[in-house]
Amino acid sequence: MKNSVLHPASSRFYADHGWLQSAQTFSFHGNYDPQRIQFGALRVLNDDTVNGGKGFGRHPHDNMEIISIPLEGTLEHQDSIGNVAVIRRGEIQVMSAGTGVYHTEFNKDPDEPVTFLQIWLYPKKLNVAPRYDQMEYASGDRHNRFQQILSPDPNDDGVWINQDAWFHLAEFDAGFETQYQLRKEGNGVYVFVIDGKVEVNGQLLSTRDGYGFWPETAVSVKTVEKSALLVIEVPEKW
Amino acid sequence: MVEYELELIGNMSKINILAVANHPEILETIIRLINQNELWHGIPAGSLEEAEEVLRLNSVDLVLLGVGVDEETGGRISSLCQSIDPRIVCLRHFGGGSGLLYSEIRHALAGG
Repeated sequence: MKNSVLHPASSRFYADHGWLQSAQTFSFHGNYDPQRIQFGALRVLNDDTVNGGKGFGRHPHDNMEIISIPLEGTLEHQDSIGNVAVIRRGEIQVMSAGTGVYHTEFNKDPDEPVTFLQIWLYPKKLNVAPRYDQMEYASGDRHNRFQQILSPDPNDDGVWINQDAWFHLAEFDAGFETQYQLRKEGNGVYVFVIDGKVEVNGQLLSTRDGYGFWPETAVSVKTVEKSALLVIEVPEKW
Repeated sequence: MVEYELELIGNMSKINILAVANHPEILETIIRLINQNELWHGIPAGSLEEAEEVLRLNSVDLVLLGVGVDEETGGRISSLCQSIDPRIVCLRHFGGGSGLLYSEIRHALAGG
């Protein structure tokens, strides 16, 4: 292992905009810490909760791979390349911003909050044509196994993005042991604990903790409690 | 960074930030966001030629290479910055909005 970074949940930035509660693993918007800029190509990991009926008004993006994963509730997306869509728990949304796109993201439900992970990766290629996609994945396929929900290959499982990155979700029983096999040599792995308590390569992690490192080939996972994980595999350089 | 900003307030000066992008609406957004900080002054350029003109006629502290600026154009702008004043920081801006902009600028000004 080359090195590692541990981001306890309580060490994240917090932004309270009234309608939006945002826990930010890395420097974002007005929050800045030179030690918390990125993990390889992973630049943003925001854990956002938006009040019912509220959301992000029309705003631009370019040259970023933007992924949204709802954990609770429903999110409505509209963009300047003609997409209108709703995503909910069990689905993933990806937007390759490329040469520029405007979009809105609103909580579809007028009353209940929506909680989702907003993840930004640096793109492998600059100035690509903007693209939107979303996909539903079967909840049973991540019980005690890693379920691939994102890759760089349009023909592989999950949505695809413009970067040599892979995302996997998993829901493990208590006391379960397994290994995550690196998809590409040299990549880093960032494990985000959605819920539960788990040991990753011997590092104990709890709900909303993050742990990034550069493994040789495989990552050992041993749950202390029933746990849900998001495993983000990204290149260090691209 | 804080000391640097206080010094600039004392000098009644601003950090001049040239933003280069070929998407007019995004460029306008970036300039508006930069100018929300009273210590920063955003200067737009929609092309290589405009960027070169701004760099030759103005004192620029920082250059943001935004959307539509390919590697070759970015390299030419960076080389021009080096030839005018090696202290000019030239970096690529990602995201097209406020999400990363402020930390990109602050990180660059802090020597990151």
